[in-house]
Formats: sequence, C-alpha cells, structure tokens
Amino acid sequence: MNRVQRYLPSVVVLAALIAAWWASVVLSGSVIFPTPWQVITGTLELIADGTLFEHIGASLMRVGSGFAMAAVLALPLGLWMGWVRGAFDTFNPIFQMLRPISPIAWIPIAILWFGVGNASPIFLIFISSIFPMVLQTTAGVHTIERRYLQAAENFGVSRYTLFTQVVIPAVLPQIIVGMRIGLGVAWLVVVAAEMIALRSGLGYMIIDSRNAGNRYDLVIAGMIIIGLIGLMLDGIMRMLEGLKWVKWRYAHQD
Amino acid sequence: MRTKIEVAGLKKAFASGKGTLPVVDDVSFDVGDGEIVAIVGPSGCGKSTLLNMVAGFVRPDHGRVVIDGVERRKPSSDGIVISQHGSVFPWLTVRRNLMFGLNGHAHEDKAGLADHYAGIVGLKGFENAYPHELSGGMLKRAELARALVVKPDILYMDEPFSALDALMNLRMRGELLRILGEEKHTVLLITHDVEEAIHMADRVLVLSPRPTRIQASFDVPFAHPRKLTSVEVQSLRIAILRELGVDRGE
Repeated sequence: MNRVQRYLPSVVVLAALIAAWWASVVLSGSVIFPTPWQVITGTLELIADGTLFEHIGASLMRVGSGFAMAAVLALPLGLWMGWVRGAFDTFNPIFQMLRPISPIAWIPIAILWFGVGNASPIFLIFISSIFPMVLQTTAGVHTIERRYLQAAENFGVSRYTLFTQVVIPAVLPQIIVGMRIGLGVAWLVVVAAEMIALRSGLGYMIIDSRNAGNRYDLVIAGMIIIGLIGLMLDGIMRMLEGLKWVKWRYAHQD
Repeated sequence: MRTKIEVAGLKKAFASGKGTLPVVDDVSFDVGDGEIVAIVGPSGCGKSTLLNMVAGFVRPDHGRVVIDGVERRKPSSDGIVISQHGSVFPWLTVRRNLMFGLNGHAHEDKAGLADHYAGIVGLKGFENAYPHELSGGMLKRAELARALVVKPDILYMDEPFSALDALMNLRMRGELLRILGEEKHTVLLITHDVEEAIHMADRVLVLSPRPTRIQASFDVPFAHPRKLTSVEVQSLRIAILRELGVDRGE
C-alpha cells in the first residue's frame, strides 16, 4: 500500500470532522463557539503580534528544563536500581506509590514551595516525567538477557567495560522508550500547570483568552497548537529510535 | 599428553517444588591438552549444567574442576563458552565485538588483531556490520572469532551449531576443524548429535539420563579429514547410539 492510500482515510475523516464542526456552529447560530475559519484568523492574529511564539517558547523552555533535570537524575538512578538488588527493594515501593499520583495533585504543593514563577511548572514536569524514565530504565536492566552478562563475565572485563559496552547499550532502547513517555507526560502537564498562575505559556494563553473576552477562537487555536507540538516532540523522540546504537532492537520489526 | 582439565566427582542438584532434583551425579573425566572431547547425552540429561560447572559458571555441590593443576571456581577468559543461541552483542559491530575480550589487555593494535581473526573465520569485509545484518552462520563465525581473539586455552562449546541448518552446521564443523588445526585449543564439545561428535572429537563420552553419569567412553581413532560415510564411522555411530538407547540402527 502506498502512502496516499494509507493516509487517505485519516485525511477524509479529519475533513469530515471539520465540516461537521463548521456546519454545527453555522446551523446553531452560536455566537461564542468559533468556526474553523475564525480559529485560523485568530491564529494569524497571534502570529502577527508575536505573542504565539512567546507562549510556545515559554512552554517549551519549561518542559525542556524540567524534563532535562528529570532525565539527568532518572537515568543513573534507574541503572542503579536495575543493577543493585538492594536499591531496587528500597526505592521501587516508594516510586510505585508516588507514580499514580497525578502531577496536577502536586500543584498546591508546588505553589507553596516555589511560588507562582517558572519554578512551579518546572517542578511539576520534573515530578511527572522522572517516574516513567526511572521505571523503564530499571526494567531495561532487568531484562538484559543472561547470555550477554555471562559472556561479559566469561571474558573477565572490568566493571567499566561491562557498563559502557554491555549494560548501557543493552538498556538504551528502553531508556528511549522511557524518555518518550516522560516527554509526553511533561507536555500534558505543562499546559495544566500554566493554567494556574503564570503570565506566559500555551496553558496561560488558553485560560487568558477565555477570561479576557471569551475568545474561544484563540482557546481552540491553542489546543490545536498544543496537539501539533506534542506530535512533533513525539516525532523527535521516535527519531532517536533510528539511531545506529539502538537500531539492533528494532531491526527485526521492519 | 598433559592433562588440561581434570573433573573429579562433580555432583549438582537443584531445588525443586519439593526437595531437590539431582541433575549431575558423580561425573569424573580428564581432558588432555589440545584434545577434543565430545559429550553426548539424551536431551535434558544435564549436559549444559555439567558444562557450566566445568566452565566455572555454576558451583558444584560436590567435586572439583582442576585446570592446569589449579582448582577452578569461577569463569575466566582462558576458557570461553560458545553456546547454541550465541552471545554476540547485537549493539556492537563485528569489530567491536571481537575487540570486546581485549579490553584491559595490553595489545597495541586491538582493531588489527580483531580484523585478523575476522579474516580467519571468513568475515573479511563485515568488520563494520552489526550482528542483525549477518546471517546465522556468519553470526556463529563472529562468536567463534571473538573467542579466538583472546587466545583461550579451552573452548567450551554447548551445542554450538545446533541452531544452524544442516548444511551450515556441516560447513561450520569443517571451518572449526580447520581453525583448530592452525591454533591448538582444548575443546569440550557438548552435543546431542552423535555424527557431529564423531566428526569433531578425539574421544566421545556418553552420558546417562538424569541424574547423569558417564556411561561409556569411545575413542575416535580416525584421521582428519574424516569420511562420515565410512563403515568404521558408521559402526562407531551405531555403537554410541546403542549406548543412548537407540537400538534400531540403519
């Protein structure tokens, strides 16, 4: 099947949804809910006065810093928990208990600790993306096939070689999966966090558009942009799966 | 011939649901320096457990393994295991795999040495390939080369070619014999394939069903290259199969 045939149904359904949206707004005579065209002109307005890119930049900066801090801590922690039984037994129950708490539930505590500046959403992103990365990395270490560890033992290599040439490369595909999940959650959370009390970001933009005169065209524009950027972030993480160091993991699925 | 491996009174039992399951029951044998000894036995008889004890990966309950006069308690790079499913690292290129065992050694040109052995096993031109780009036979060659690079005194081979198709199996045996002719190694070969054992080994030990002991020992006095269709080979084969409980010879 070629690409056109594959994606044609998806495009048709999307077009039908937009048409239904447009028709229902026109037929119901709603004055608040925007038509697709109003969303487009609203978006162009935001592009023209430059605020759209400020909001996107602010959100991405928060996601970037919170996610980066989480990754820097999660990867060594996950490797350690995967390798050292005692570390796993100690920390895994705690992480398993913290993990199901929605990051949104942390918002009051974040405000208490960090105020309403940039630190709060960054903390929330950190909290939300660290768990999937730790747990995937740990699971990755646990699923390294015995025969590879046994071969390393057989050749009597140093601990350094064992880690750099066996353990870390073996876990890398799982680490990338964890990062993909972590970044996805981070993007979900930043929008929610920015709705609380900030002056910038896509979440703020949505709430502000509603509060300042029911500009639902900008609300929907914001939602669509969030979706598109989320798709793009996931696409970037998927590209990591094509790197030559992890390609072996996917080689037989092509 | 100097004794290389001395196996004395090895016993091993594993904990099972209730009580213990004896797997290896008092196995003793010697392997001479440069000798190729094949161990054949019915499937599930504990062949791999026996090999893992000799190679140092599994501690025996009783008995000991002595190599060059020194008791062996843990794995070492002077005895490399080559197993059925292989353990070539899929995330390293052929060259990096071959260089793996040289980490920490004071070789001047590790890559050169790796490429030399890639050439010996017929992988010239594939040094930069990743394992998933290789066929099953080539993967086996890479694993063999990775073992040879560290110049181990002993090769422990656990059903090394049984995951390959029949034709590739035969070719790999020939390749291995050719290499062993050039570089002297002591070989302990575990197999369920009697023909493979006769093709390769100087001596064939037959194991009993579990808990396993050595039930019989056969010398293979034929010069290489061996003609597997010869009458002598066939009658030895039938004799070994009879020990394994397969009486209906062809």
